Amino acid sequence: MNHQATAFLADGVSWISFDVDTLRNQFWDNTIEGLSQGSIYALVALGYTLVYGVLRLINFAHSEVFIYGAFGAYFTFFGLGFRPGPTPELSTIEIIGYLAVALVAAMLVSGATAVVVERVAYRPLRKRGAPPLVFLITAIGASFVLQQLLFIWRHGNPERAIRLLRPQEVFTVFGASVTNLQIIIVVASLVLMVIADIFINRTRLGRGVRAVAQDPDTATLMGVNKERVIMLTFLIGGLLAGAAALFYLMKIPQGAVYQGGFLLGIKAFTAAVLGGIGNLRGALLGGLVLGVAENYGQSLFGGGWRDIVAFVLLIVILMFRPTGILGESLGKARV
Amino acid sequence: MRSLSERWNSLSRFQQWAVLIPVVLLVYALPLLNPPILSTEPAYNFPIAMFEVARYGLVAIGLNVVVGQAGLLDLGYIGFFAVGAYVAALFTSPVSGLHKLPYLAVLPLAIVVTMVFGLILGTPTLRLRGDYLAIVTLGFGEIVRLLADNVEPLRGNRGFTDLGHPPGTTDAGRALFNQTDGTPWYWLMVTVIIVVLIFVGNLERSRVGRAWVAIREDEDVAEIMGVPTFKYKLWAFAIGAAIGGLSGALYAGQIGFVNNQKFDVVTSVLFLAAVVLGGSGNKVGVLLGAFVIAYVPLRFQEIAQYKYLIFGLALIVLMIFRPQGLLGARQRLLAYGREAYMRLVGRPEQVSSESALAKESAKGAEA
Repeated sequence: MNHQATAFLADGVSWISFDVDTLRNQFWDNTIEGLSQGSIYALVALGYTLVYGVLRLINFAHSEVFIYGAFGAYFTFFGLGFRPGPTPELSTIEIIGYLAVALVAAMLVSGATAVVVERVAYRPLRKRGAPPLVFLITAIGASFVLQQLLFIWRHGNPERAIRLLRPQEVFTVFGASVTNLQIIIVVASLVLMVIADIFINRTRLGRGVRAVAQDPDTATLMGVNKERVIMLTFLIGGLLAGAAALFYLMKIPQGAVYQGGFLLGIKAFTAAVLGGIGNLRGALLGGLVLGVAENYGQSLFGGGWRDIVAFVLLIVILMFRPTGILGESLGKARV
Repeated sequence: MRSLSERWNSLSRFQQWAVLIPVVLLVYALPLLNPPILSTEPAYNFPIAMFEVARYGLVAIGLNVVVGQAGLLDLGYIGFFAVGAYVAALFTSPVSGLHKLPYLAVLPLAIVVTMVFGLILGTPTLRLRGDYLAIVTLGFGEIVRLLADNVEPLRGNRGFTDLGHPPGTTDAGRALFNQTDGTPWYWLMVTVIIVVLIFVGNLERSRVGRAWVAIREDEDVAEIMGVPTFKYKLWAFAIGAAIGGLSGALYAGQIGFVNNQKFDVVTSVLFLAAVVLGGSGNKVGVLLGAFVIAYVPLRFQEIAQYKYLIFGLALIVLMIFRPQGLLGARQRLLAYGREAYMRLVGRPEQVSSESALAKESAKGAEA
């Protein structure tokens, strides 16, 4: 028995590595790739964080809101005349124009999906004053329905890749190449997040959102339209998820598949928790940290362990610092 | 429905058994009778279909302890199910490098191992708020699946073949418990379900069960009243995990093959749907829910491909219009309160219609 047990474990030398050399050699490659991956997580995480901050609800259907955006972007490309196959030769202006159209389309599709979910699934529950568990189960149901509708429409196979932009090295950092794709993703995500931050923290509507997050009843008494604020929150989360979906599709062109949102959704939620759920800047930080950590983990332990790193990180964070790195704060933000 | 359950409870123990025994016998006889309307044939072998239903039933009873009794939302229940299946595979399949055990000895082992997993996962996470727990358990379910993908001794997609089965041969010399005949497996599963039902039923009526209901209704109040909530939540989690592991081991035995393909989160949500649909906290309810979830796609093959869509819609509609499920939870705190009052004073409570308790009980009747 003892001998067998040793043989059983020794068998495993090949399936997990502890490769510090690879980690060191690819450190900067991993960091840069992790940052571009992480900014996509961060955009999706903002949706979770906003809804959680206002409603104390984990919007399970947000991963489907995201993937609907990816399909929106894909069929916009299709509608603009692009077909699966080799990357077409386009001038910079053309690329920017087409991407801007796809960005708007993806954002609208995701935003609309989020608002529909809110209206159809969550609002009736709020009217009845349902307990949190009921909300969560409804959210799971909504996620299932959205995913299955996609499945019935497009079936199980991923859409064939449409590429608009050929990744090209622009400059190098410590020997690691930085591509135009990575720059676009990181810069565009940051811009969108700054806009969202300003909107929530500086505008009149944003003040309403923070007021409802802090105390819905008092906010209502002060003349804030709670239902409209909740709708707005879902809409903003959806719009950002749509943008994330376009970037995701540019990064992984064959990524438009019906259950493609699931994994990214959990990871984005992990990012939100990591940074402190309900905290906008925490979502950014959490996303970037998660993206980078995943890439380091992949180098260290081997390719198959990437997703495990993310989930273990989630459990560890919740064990030691359940409020996340920056703490929960949408409601406590300064006025 | 309420009056029916009340009438049932007012029967004596003897009368209850007098009704139960024929029902149980009928349940046992189902695969032999193969009743025409109920039958899933020719599309799907009926005894195996009944085994599937019974498997979902056992899973639903286990998950009900966690979700229904203690009110903890566990989305990674499939993880425990998978652990049980892999324990059975590792210790009975000839492909595995580990010591071989007889199949029946593997069942208690699967219970112990999954219970340990439940404790390991529960200890750090049960201190968290309810909705975080859902995500952490979801992560756990995915970790188990990914480990099955990546850890070489677990053989990934190739999986384990020729799993063990309980002893016994037929007249023809074949093993009694084989993969093509679902009937013996169904009988084994129903027997296990009855044993587990008695076990869980006794737990429910004990101090532990009352603590669970108190936690489910209001955790803070339970804590203030001196219920060690963390301990009892951990109990619920571990017992639920153990039942999940047991059903996983039984499932693995019937299929005779285990690989990494059957343990996705979608199935986990189906399990949850069975509990919520039937009525979480109500054992008869969750069995009904499990029957609906497992049986409907097998009986009506033409809608089988839409089953996830249909059950997802059912979840939303149910949560809006009947959140307690088809059959609501039987035990509520107020019921306990009345019982205690009965015992103390010797007569049912008499409250004026204006008191808070009366309003509360009216609300309870509505729910």
